[in-house]
Amino acid sequence: MIPQSHFLILGAALFAIGLYGALTRRTAIGILMSIELILNAANINLITFNKFLGGPDGLGQVFALFVMAIAAASAVIGLVLVIAVYRNMKTIFTENMNIMKW
Amino acid sequence: MVKFAHLIPLFPFAAFAVNILFGRRLKKASALVSIGASVAALAIAVMAYIGNAFGGEGSYTVGRWISFNGFALDFGVIIDPLSCMMLLVVTVVGTLIQVYSIGYMHDDKRYSRFFAYMSLFMGSMLGLLLSDNFVMLYIFWEGVGLCSYLLISFWFERPAAARAGMKAFITTRIGDTGLLIGILLLFFTTKTLYFKDLAGLGINDATLTVIALLIFCGAVGKSAQFPLHVWLPDAMEGPTPVSALIHAATMVAAGVYLVARTYGLFLTQHTSLIWVAYIGAITALMAATIATVNNDIKRILAYSTISQLGFMMLALGVGGYEGGTFHLMTHAFFKALLFLCAGSVIHAVHTQDIFKMGGLLGKMKATGWTFIIGGLAIAGVPPFSGFWSKDEILSEILKGGHPVLFGVAALTSLLTAFYMFRLIFVVLFGKPRSELHAHESPAVMTVPLCILAAFAAFAGFFRPVKFEFLTMGVSIAISLTGIGAAYVFYILDNKLLPASLRSRFAFLYKLVSNKYYVDEIYGALIIRPCMRLADIASGFDSKVVDGAVNMAAYLSLTAGKVQSWFDLYIVDGIVNMTANVTWLCSAILRRFQTGFVQNYILIAFFGLAIMIFIKLIGGR
Repeated sequence: MIPQSHFLILGAALFAIGLYGALTRRTAIGILMSIELILNAANINLITFNKFLGGPDGLGQVFALFVMAIAAASAVIGLVLVIAVYRNMKTIFTENMNIMKW
Repeated sequence: MVKFAHLIPLFPFAAFAVNILFGRRLKKASALVSIGASVAALAIAVMAYIGNAFGGEGSYTVGRWISFNGFALDFGVIIDPLSCMMLLVVTVVGTLIQVYSIGYMHDDKRYSRFFAYMSLFMGSMLGLLLSDNFVMLYIFWEGVGLCSYLLISFWFERPAAARAGMKAFITTRIGDTGLLIGILLLFFTTKTLYFKDLAGLGINDATLTVIALLIFCGAVGKSAQFPLHVWLPDAMEGPTPVSALIHAATMVAAGVYLVARTYGLFLTQHTSLIWVAYIGAITALMAATIATVNNDIKRILAYSTISQLGFMMLALGVGGYEGGTFHLMTHAFFKALLFLCAGSVIHAVHTQDIFKMGGLLGKMKATGWTFIIGGLAIAGVPPFSGFWSKDEILSEILKGGHPVLFGVAALTSLLTAFYMFRLIFVVLFGKPRSELHAHESPAVMTVPLCILAAFAAFAGFFRPVKFEFLTMGVSIAISLTGIGAAYVFYILDNKLLPASLRSRFAFLYKLVSNKYYVDEIYGALIIRPCMRLADIASGFDSKVVDGAVNMAAYLSLTAGKVQSWFDLYIVDGIVNMTANVTWLCSAILRRFQTGFVQNYILIAFFGLAIMIFIKLIGGR
């Protein structure tokens, strides 16, 4: 039986990779992909805690499925925004998207 | 008994209304409107005259006018021989003058307005004649005064005419003020305003004498008696038909009519009657002397009018009611005639200086002969009308026992004959004294002249002739002497005799030819002080009143400046400070708004980390 800490370390690693990607990617698509990693890290944590801390069977999995569905929706919206921005500004680099700045 | 006399003034008033409102559209037809109204008034006046003379129709009341606190005043119409005679005179003369005006004013640019004023003038005078109480009389009296102002200054583009109109109005106003005070005094002492009550008011009350004199004041102003005669010669600035109307029928006759109308009051107050007589005598003689030396055809006639009015006043003053009113009528005809003749002459030669005319009889037959008829009438040659009335006045003066006044009257008659024939001889006979292209006036002017000449010749027979051979002889002798003197002076010895007389009596000549300096005396004694007072008042106005206003303005301005400073620096300062503080805060805060997504994520992550850290430390 794989101990709980392995799962948590996997989740933390995934989170750290996602955070790093979100902070360092210059393109909006890269940032979106990194955010997906962060969300999946959260999913692993949810399932892990459901398994090891008790509670109704399958709750964590349901929650994870729920998060995936929402993540898919948010990814769609994010990609739509990126395409719209690209059409208007001919760029997907976030440092160029500063026309709302003071 | 038909009661229609009150309609007489309404026709001219209606004509006035029509002409003043629609004159622009009527153009030349406005004359027909006025003349039609005058003819209608004439027809009713004739009916009233016949009704009064043969049917015994008398005064009547039209209706209640004022009813106030126990005091009542009726619209009444007075119908008696005096008013009927005057109604006839005014309508006949007025109609003829209006017909004449068609020719005289034919190319005037205010043609219809002229006829409107003429109608208003006639209507006012007719209303005045019919009034049976002082209030109505006063209203129409002022209407007459207003019309004289409007018509004398009819050619108001000329400063002299505008000034003459003002002079006439102000001078007569002085007399009118006396009349108004007299009317008020009469009302407050006797509680009556009807003419018919005047005879029985009580005898020799000092107040009544004062009232009579105040009423006479009004007559002095209107009838141009000394000392208020100065306006009449200046009134010659108006169109000549206006002069004729003023002198014959309307304006100046009103004064004599007023005295005749209130004669009952004067008869009981002997003192006031003496005043009337002496004022009349002074006026008659003074104006006659001025007329002998004047050279302006219209002014000679104006002074002649003043003199003749003085004659009427003199007659009334010595108790000669019949003679005075008779002369009022005959004078109306021959003076209207003379003025219209003068107008015709001026129309032909375009000058008013008689020594530039001469020999006009050959060129202007109708005007010349009617002029001579008028001259004979005013000079008192039988059988022309002036003879009968003047003769009656002379005999009444003699009967009244006033030898001095008789002397004055006789002298005035002599001078009248002299100056009138001086005028006629110089203008109509001899040789032309300058280049004149005289021509006879159109028929529309000469026909009224002929009709008036007929009246001037035969008006003396309108009442039964009284033969008094002594005064008749004297009066004929006087007239012929005057005419003879004029003949000697101006036909036979054309230049030398008048010149030598002039140098012999240089002082007298200077005095008379300057009109006794009356205008100058008024100028020095009344007009200049008034002007000075006006200057002082104007100075007070411009310095003190305007100063106060300007100071108020200055203070307001200063207060405004202070407030503006406060607004600019205190109120705006607070507003700007609020803005500046906000701007400062925003300048700090916008540093966090970098626009880089990674920055926000980093901040969010650090924020989360800090919160977890705090939770781990504090939430144990």
